Amino acid sequence: MKYVIIGNGIASIGAIEGIRQVDKENPIMVIGAENAPAYGRPLISYLLAGKIKADRMALRPTKFYELNNVELKLGTTVAGLDTQKKIITTEKGEEIEYENLLLATGGAPFTPPIPGAEGAGVYNFTNLAHAQELIGTAKDIKRAVVIGGGLIGLKAAEALFDRGVDVTIVELSDRVLSLAFDENAASLAAGRLDEVGLKVRTGVSVKEIQRDAEGYVVGCHLTDGGFLQTEIVVIAIGVVPNYNLAKDANVKVDRGIMVDDHMRTNAEGVYAAGDVAQALDMLAGENRVVPIWPNAYNQGFCAGKNMAGRDTGYSGGLAMNSISFYGLPTISVGTVNPPEDDKNFEVAMKLDEKKKSYRKLVFQNGNLVGYVLVGDIDQAGMFTSFVKFKLPIEAETRAKLMAGEPDALHWPDEFFNETWNPEHTEE
Amino acid sequence: MKRVYPDKEFCIGCHLCEVACITAHSESKDVVIAYTQERREKGITSCKKVFEKGHTCVAVSCRHCDEPACVAACISGGLHKDPKTGRTVYDREKCVGCWSCLMACPYGAIKRHPVENKIIKCDLCQDREEGPACVAACPNLALKFEER
Amino acid sequence: MLFQPINKNYHEFHIDRDKDLCINCEVCVRQCSYGSHYWDEVRGKVMHDNSKCVGCHRCEALCPTAALHIRKKPSEYRGGASWRPVFMENIYKQADTGGVLLAGMGSPVDIPVYWDRMLLDASQVTNPSIDPLREPMELKTFLGAKPSKLEIETGKDGKPKLKTKLTPQLELNYPIMFSAMSFGSINFNLHRAMARAASELGIYYNTGEGGLHKSLYKYGQNTIVQVASGRFGVHKDYLQAGAGIEIKVGQGAKPGIGGHLPGEKINDMVSETRMVPIGSDAISPAPHHDIYSIEDLLQLIFALKEASEYKAPVSVKIAAVHNVAAIASGIVRAGADIVTIDGMRGGTGAAPAMTRDNVGIPLELALASVDQRLRDEGIRNQASIVAAGGIRCSADAIKAIALGADAVYIATGALIAVGCTLCGRCYTGKCPWGIATNDPKLAKRQNPDIAAKKMTNLVRAWGHEIEEMLGGMGLNSIESLRGNRDKLRAVGLSDTEMDILGVKHAGR
Repeated sequence: MKYVIIGNGIASIGAIEGIRQVDKENPIMVIGAENAPAYGRPLISYLLAGKIKADRMALRPTKFYELNNVELKLGTTVAGLDTQKKIITTEKGEEIEYENLLLATGGAPFTPPIPGAEGAGVYNFTNLAHAQELIGTAKDIKRAVVIGGGLIGLKAAEALFDRGVDVTIVELSDRVLSLAFDENAASLAAGRLDEVGLKVRTGVSVKEIQRDAEGYVVGCHLTDGGFLQTEIVVIAIGVVPNYNLAKDANVKVDRGIMVDDHMRTNAEGVYAAGDVAQALDMLAGENRVVPIWPNAYNQGFCAGKNMAGRDTGYSGGLAMNSISFYGLPTISVGTVNPPEDDKNFEVAMKLDEKKKSYRKLVFQNGNLVGYVLVGDIDQAGMFTSFVKFKLPIEAETRAKLMAGEPDALHWPDEFFNETWNPEHTEE
Repeated sequence: MKRVYPDKEFCIGCHLCEVACITAHSESKDVVIAYTQERREKGITSCKKVFEKGHTCVAVSCRHCDEPACVAACISGGLHKDPKTGRTVYDREKCVGCWSCLMACPYGAIKRHPVENKIIKCDLCQDREEGPACVAACPNLALKFEER
Repeated sequence: MLFQPINKNYHEFHIDRDKDLCINCEVCVRQCSYGSHYWDEVRGKVMHDNSKCVGCHRCEALCPTAALHIRKKPSEYRGGASWRPVFMENIYKQADTGGVLLAGMGSPVDIPVYWDRMLLDASQVTNPSIDPLREPMELKTFLGAKPSKLEIETGKDGKPKLKTKLTPQLELNYPIMFSAMSFGSINFNLHRAMARAASELGIYYNTGEGGLHKSLYKYGQNTIVQVASGRFGVHKDYLQAGAGIEIKVGQGAKPGIGGHLPGEKINDMVSETRMVPIGSDAISPAPHHDIYSIEDLLQLIFALKEASEYKAPVSVKIAAVHNVAAIASGIVRAGADIVTIDGMRGGTGAAPAMTRDNVGIPLELALASVDQRLRDEGIRNQASIVAAGGIRCSADAIKAIALGADAVYIATGALIAVGCTLCGRCYTGKCPWGIATNDPKLAKRQNPDIAAKKMTNLVRAWGHEIEEMLGGMGLNSIESLRGNRDKLRAVGLSDTEMDILGVKHAGR
């Protein structure tokens, strides 16, 4: 097989589309552990919340695979990889030869060792099956505890709450959304959740999950000595790169699978992309695992083009998250929590708690390197341009950015014309 | 493919492209009804954004990039490249209003629908035989729809 | 009116906004450079202030729903035949300001337009008319001095060869040129457009007295560079950049006075081209201070011929005034290759209203008498005549040629082609059509791509019409019509008028 992709998420879709930009003919095989064609993983919270139906989960039209000459092997887990012989072996013992292999195995939910976590009533929330299980469960329960106040945890909590479940979020750090967002944004989001009626407990964690004699979950013991009654627990602490297959095959692994600027691993013909990959981060200037959606697609796309023979460099990922809490949109891009004592960074903030509007701009050596927007997010894309293209920021531009009015006319003239009006010649 | 190219040297900032966009994407196709009633009741919004800086202005909308950041960011499959036309196509039914594309698009070409939890984005007036309405409405040839 | 001068409400125009059609899109607000339209925050809709309207119709033109109509204010004074409202309004203005009344564009005064009183002939039976779509039709003409006789010799190849040495000529594909409008009075975009149109058409445009921007030197083959009393932007390169040179002595709209470009219109580009400081008024004196006689003029004509190394014909432009025929004769004798007669209905960027409306004479009479005088003196071949000032259509142009012109100049017509509505506020520098303004925000309303196309279209259209009319008269060349007054008949003119025009009355 010319192209084999292990994994059937967004990186895989990116890779198919990347390959097909270059090579319209040779067949592609996609091996997916789950049983569904690629779906929008973040949509599981929408599904759980009842906002969308299962038929809207698919990322591409039904005919996508057929039109792109992709053989889809679903429900199949890959057990072995031999990078010398260029063969992968499935759990069922089937051997598949490859010329170019993409490892897009994504992340696996991280479950800390909590006593009582083993058994019924404790869930993860990272795939379609989890969501479907929880939909089944939600109508029979009154209370739920969500462990983890990150993006996944909050969305799981919100979705369960929408199903009429009384939800408490337990977050170890002193605030929710501590990774992707800053304090003010987190507090606005938490405030919005609180208004609606979700409970948030920060600075504590679950010490033990209490079960009754029949093994049903009855509650959680907290590290502060408190106890939360609940029928289910959702563990949403995060995901870790699912790289065991690669590691066992001696593909170089650090925090994720190490790739070069063409998404190549150290094994010939083997590429990696998505949440499993440790690829270049644009702002950090070094390889990092940044498990976010657009990076996964872009890495897949880049890997795909390279697999098909077009020399395509990866320009680096940019961390970005967009998430809404009961109609309160929040966006964070790039570096949003700069080190406090670093004088190269400057932060400008504008917070209006009443209007639930917040803007934070982070400058490093005069360049915009990150921002947070809450509420009034309409200018986000334009802010992104200044971060992504590392555009110079003069005083006037800075004033516009600070006023929340980023503007394409504040791009350097030449860059503007190349972007918007290329090949235009004045007489 | 043909795209809309804005010329900031000759954009006069009249915003007629916006009026045209709204009318072209209305049900009535009547400028008065579209701009007043439909805008108010259905939240119909222009896909164009007019920037102004001093005496310079420019009207921009989706560039239909070859490798669009919005498609990469879309979690719902609501945005994709049409391999035939090259357009960046938006499926309203699939959009869940996560605003990932709005954040990712460095050209600021995606807007929020004021009423629905969905995005608004230029479709190059795909159903309009004469081509994009904004281009036709521009009184100063500051928008050009052409192959480059 | 509340908090306003007593005569604030005596304004000229009235904005009609159709409430059913206005969608409050604010296009009019953004277009009006006089602030007539505004967004009223309290009422939540677009409102307007009639007193600020200059009647340029820009808002009306761009209104997407055709909700706007600009009308004359219907308010009426008792007035009378003598005290017409314009006089009263002028007095109100002057009583407030103590200043000279300024005006822009051509005179609106009701002085006879002789074009409208002269009719063209057509062939019937005896000499057949010509169909320009089927047969050759020549609109080409040459401007410059023609020799009194031609000498032919036999060349080395045995073929006849012209022995007489011709002076430089301007070759025109159409007997129409774009008249002098200085860079500064109109903006760079329009100069670019005129240059491109002239070059596309194979005609000429005149730079006016403000010099020529370096970037337009490449259109020099279709450019006439002007030298006026202010000598703005005049230097060797400039004189050599054009195919022809014109000395502007007078302007039809304001005979006897100089020009005045307000400092507001002088930006960096204008300043560089005119060689005057940014922001300071550029005033060209009423006379050329080195010309007090025909002999002085002769010196300047030959100085310019020297400067151009005798490659460019020199034109002298004068306003149509009482002794125009004698003056023209002197000009030709002083060595001019072209005499341009600018009639009193010609346009201007700024002129005192009294001068514009009361000084000078109509072009038709001046043209006829100049042509006749030069013929009578036997020197008509020594110079071409160009008629300027108030040519409104191809019929005016063809009648001018029948009256004796070699070609005509159009300026107001070219501006109307690109949107001008003759609101006459050119001197404010706020032209909402982006014509008589150098405000970058307004000037960009003239996209040279569009403007050049429109100007080109206009001249082509006139060309077609002239061909049709020429053919109708049984002529196949524009040069056969020149001075052919038998092709004209007058209607309702006095014997004196007909005598001056050299035409018979219709029916004769």
